[in-house]
Amino acid sequence: MILIYLIVILLAGAFLAWLTGKRNHIWPRIISFVALSTDLILIILYLLQSNPSDKDWLIDIKFNWIPEFGISLHLALDGLSLVMLILTFFLGIISVIISWKEIDSKVGFFHFNLLLILTGITGVFLSLDLFLFYFFWELMLVPMYFLIGIWGHENRTAASNKFFLYTQASGLLMFISIITLYFVHGHSTGLYTFDYLQLLGTRMADSTGLLIMLGFLAAFLVKLPVVPLHNWLPDAHTEAPTAGSLILAALLLKTGAYGLLRFIVPLFPSESVTFAPIGMLLGVAGILYGAKLAFAQTDLKRLVAYTSVSHMGFVILGVFSFNELAYQGVVIQMIAHGISTGALFILVGQLYERIHTRDINKMGGLWEKAPVMGAIGLIFSMASLGLPGLGNFIAELLILIGAFKANILMSCLSSLGLIAATIYSLRIVQKVFLGNKNTDWKINDLTLREKVVSALLVIAIVWLGLFPQPVLDTAKPSLLKTLIKHREITFQNPGSNSDNAENILCEPSCNSLCTLVVKANSFNHKGTQNNTKGKKLI
Amino acid sequence: MTGKDFLCLMPFLIIAIAPVVIMIVVSILRNYRVVFGFSVLSLLAAFCSIFFIVPSVPHTIEPLFIIDSYSLFFLGIIIISALLVTFLSYDYIKQLDGVREEYYIIIFTSTLGASLLAVANHFVLFFLGIETLSISLYILIAFLRYKSNSIEAGIKYLILASVSSAFLLFGMALIYTAFGTMQFGAIAAALVTHDPLSPLVISGFGMMMVGIGFKLALVPFHMWTPDVYQGAPAPVSAYIATVSKGAVMAILIRFFFILRGFNNHYLFIAISGIAVLSMFVGNILAIRQKNIKRLLGYSSIANMGYLLIILLTGSNRGIQASIFYLISYFFTTIGAFGVITLLSTNEYEAEKIEDFKGLFWKRPWIAIVFTLSLLSLAGIPITAGFIAKFYIILEGMKAGLMVLIISMIINSVIGLYYYLRIITMLFSTASDIKLPELSLIGNITLAIIGFSILILGIYPGWLIEIIIRFVKM
Repeated sequence: MILIYLIVILLAGAFLAWLTGKRNHIWPRIISFVALSTDLILIILYLLQSNPSDKDWLIDIKFNWIPEFGISLHLALDGLSLVMLILTFFLGIISVIISWKEIDSKVGFFHFNLLLILTGITGVFLSLDLFLFYFFWELMLVPMYFLIGIWGHENRTAASNKFFLYTQASGLLMFISIITLYFVHGHSTGLYTFDYLQLLGTRMADSTGLLIMLGFLAAFLVKLPVVPLHNWLPDAHTEAPTAGSLILAALLLKTGAYGLLRFIVPLFPSESVTFAPIGMLLGVAGILYGAKLAFAQTDLKRLVAYTSVSHMGFVILGVFSFNELAYQGVVIQMIAHGISTGALFILVGQLYERIHTRDINKMGGLWEKAPVMGAIGLIFSMASLGLPGLGNFIAELLILIGAFKANILMSCLSSLGLIAATIYSLRIVQKVFLGNKNTDWKINDLTLREKVVSALLVIAIVWLGLFPQPVLDTAKPSLLKTLIKHREITFQNPGSNSDNAENILCEPSCNSLCTLVVKANSFNHKGTQNNTKGKKLI
Repeated sequence: MTGKDFLCLMPFLIIAIAPVVIMIVVSILRNYRVVFGFSVLSLLAAFCSIFFIVPSVPHTIEPLFIIDSYSLFFLGIIIISALLVTFLSYDYIKQLDGVREEYYIIIFTSTLGASLLAVANHFVLFFLGIETLSISLYILIAFLRYKSNSIEAGIKYLILASVSSAFLLFGMALIYTAFGTMQFGAIAAALVTHDPLSPLVISGFGMMMVGIGFKLALVPFHMWTPDVYQGAPAPVSAYIATVSKGAVMAILIRFFFILRGFNNHYLFIAISGIAVLSMFVGNILAIRQKNIKRLLGYSSIANMGYLLIILLTGSNRGIQASIFYLISYFFTTIGAFGVITLLSTNEYEAEKIEDFKGLFWKRPWIAIVFTLSLLSLAGIPITAGFIAKFYIILEGMKAGLMVLIISMIINSVIGLYYYLRIITMLFSTASDIKLPELSLIGNITLAIIGFSILILGIYPGWLIEIIIRFVKM
C-alpha cells in the first residue's frame, strides 16, 4: 500500500496547496514541503527495512481499473524505481525550497503544478501497466506546460508550446505502439492485457517488433533528448523558472532514460540489439554535438541546458551497450546528472535573481563579490566535467568501460566528450566567476536558505562520487533482471550480432578490469565483494 | 396501438406535448421562470421515462420505429444534452427584450426531431426527423433578430440545409424507385439480391451521402459550419454541435450498419477519404481562427471525421466506442460553449480569443472547466476525451484501419496546437475586460459538466461496462 500512499500524499498535497494558496503564500510552500518530506521519509524507511536483492519486485500491487480493456492499476517497486523515487522526492524538496523566494505570484497554483508533475513522475517510475504508464507520462505534461508558460521568462509561451507539442506528438507514437503490442499479444495468446509482466514475453515477427519499438523509442528519445530530437530542450529549460528547469533536467529527462531501461530493453530484447549501433551512434552524436553547442552559448542557462544533451548522450550510449557495467553507469549518471545539472540551474537562477541577466559576457569576476557562490559553481562545474571524487566521474567511467566492451570505436569517440566537457565547464568558471569584471555588479553572497540547498547538493554529489556502492547494490537486481532476456537471446543466435555476442562471451575476462576500476573508485569494501557476486551471476 | 407501443413512445410524447403546453401557457401568462421550470421538468420526465422502456426493448413499431438499446442510449444522450443547453440558456435568453419564452418551445421541437432520428427505421421517419430538426434550428440560429450576423447565419443555414434536404430526399426517392421499399431492413435485403448495383441505386446512395454530409458538416460539405457557429447564439451553437450532429450520426450509424455499407469497397474508400479530409481540413483551418466559436466549429468538423472511423470498423464494439465518444464529446462541447455563453451578455458575445485573456485569475472556476473541456477535446489524459480517443483508436486498430488511425494521431497533434493557444490565453496575465456576474444555474451546470469530464476520464470503467452490456445492433 505504501506505493498508493506515495501518490495519494502528493495528490492531496497538490490540491491542498492550491486551496490554501488563495489565503496566503506560506501555506502552499509548507504543505508541499511536508508532503514531499513525508514521501521521502516513507521511502527511506522502506529502503532501510528491505533487502533489494530478495525478489523480482519488492512491492507489487494490482487493482482493476478498466477491466473491459485489460487495464489495471498495477504499481510495483524494484531497486531501480526505488533509487529514482528517492531522487525525485529529494529534488522535489529542493525545488520547493529554491522557489521559496523566487515565486511570489500565484503561489498556490504553482505548488499545485509542481506537486502534480512530481505525482506524474512518481507514477511513471512505479507503473507496470502500459496504459497506466502512458497515463502518468502524459500527466506530467500539462502542469509542466503551465509551469513554463506562467512563471517562465520572456519567451515562455513559445517555449512551453514547443515542449508540449514535441512530447505529446512523440507520446502519441508510443501510445500507438502500446496498443499494437496489446493486439499482437492478444492475437497470439488470446489474453488482451496492458500488463507489463504479461507482455514481457510477447512473440512477434521481427519487423513488427522493430516498428513497435520505434514508437516507444520516439517517446523516450525525445524526452531524453537525443540529438536530432532535442530542439525543445534548450528553449524549455531556458524559459522555465528555476524550479521548472531543475525538475525538467533532473527528473523529466530521467523518465526517458528509465523508459529505455524498463521498457525498451526487456520488451524488445532482439530488436533493441538490432537498433544498438544506431542507438550508440545517436549517443555519441549527442555527447559531442551537445558539448559543442554548450560551448557556443552566451546565455548561461542555455549553456547548462545543452550540457544536459551531452550528458544524456552517455545514458543512451550506456543503455545500448547491454552490459551490467554500463547499466550501473547509467543509473549513477541519472542521479549524478540530476544533482549536478540541477545545482547548476539553481546557481543560474540565483545569479539571475541578483543581476537580472543570463548573458555570460556581462558577468565575470564575481568570485570576489560572492566567494561561496563561486565555490559552489566551481564544485558543480567540476562535477560536470567529470572530476574524480564526484558522482559524474563514476558514471561516465563505468559507461565508457561498458561501451568499450560493446563497441570500441563508439566508446573512444565518446570519451572525447570528456575533453569537450572540460572546455565548456571551465568556460563557465572562467567567464562567470574569474576573469575581468565586465560590469561592476553589486551582489550579495548566498543567503542561509541558499547555502543549505547548495550544501545538501554538494554532500549528495560527493557522497555519490565516493560511495556509489549502496546505489549500485540497490539497483543491481533490477539491472540484472533487465539484461537476462537479452543474454539468452544473444547466446541463442550469436550470428545476429557477432560483435555484441563476442563481447558478452568475453565478459569474465573484462570483469577483472571492472573489479579494478570499482576498487579504485570506491573506498568501500563491499565493492569488491559485490563484483565477485556479479561475476558468479554472469 | 398497443400499450407497449404507447409505453415505448413515452419520451417522444412528452417532448411533443410539452411545447404545446408551453404555447398555451404563454398565451395566457408570460412568465420566463415558469416556462423555464416547466421545460426542465418535461425534459427530466422524458429522460426518466427512458428507464421504464428498458425492460421492453427491443421493440419495433411497424413500419417506422425501432426502439432498441442503441436508440435508448442515443435518446438519453440527446435529452441530457438538451437539458444542459436549456440550463445554460437561462441567463443568456433572460437578458433579451421581447419574446423569450418561445426559445424553449423551439428547443423542444428540435429535440423531438433529433430523438426521432435515434429510433427511425424508415426513410419517412428519417426525413421527418431531419426536417423537424433543421426547421427548428433555422429559428434558433436567427433567434437574436437584432444582430445582423445572426440573421445571416440563419439564412445561410436555411438555404444550405434545404439544399441538402433536397439531395437527401431525391436520394431516398431513387432508392425507393429501385427497390420499392423505404424500410432499412428491406433495403438491406434488396441490396443483397441486386448485385451489381444499378446506377440508379448508386446515385441514390451518393445523393444521400451528400445530404448527410451537409448535416454532419463533413468535408467537402462543411462550408456553412464556421459562419453558423459564429452567428448563432452560443447555446444554440452548442446545440448544433451536439444534439443535431449526434442525432444525424445516430441514424447514419444505424443505416450504415443495417446495410453493411462497410462491405462495399467503393463506399469504404469514399468514407475513408471523407474522414481523412474532414480531420485535416477541420484542424488546419482551425489553427488560424481568432474567434473561438469559429474555432470550435472547425474542431467539430475534425471530430466528426474521427467518428467516421467507427463506421468502417463494422463491429458492435465500434458502435460502443462511438457511443462513448459521443457522450464525452457532448459534455466537452457543451462545456466549452457553456463557458462562452456564461461570459456573454446581451450586447457583447465573448467569442474572441482575447476576451478570455487571464480568465483563470479572475474566474478560476470557469477557467478550469474551460481548460478541462479544451484538454478533453485535445485528448489529454484525466479527461473524458482521452479515453474516448483511446477507445476509437483501439477499435480502429483492431479493424486494421491503420491509415485512418495514423491520420487521427497526426491530427490530434495539430489540434493540440490550437487548443493550447486558447489555454495559454486563459492563463496569461489578466486584462481589464469586464466580466458579467454568474448565475447559480450556470455555475451548477458547469460544475456538473466539469465533474463529468473528469469522472469519465479517470474512472470510465462503469460506463464502458454499461455500454458493452446493453448496446448491440
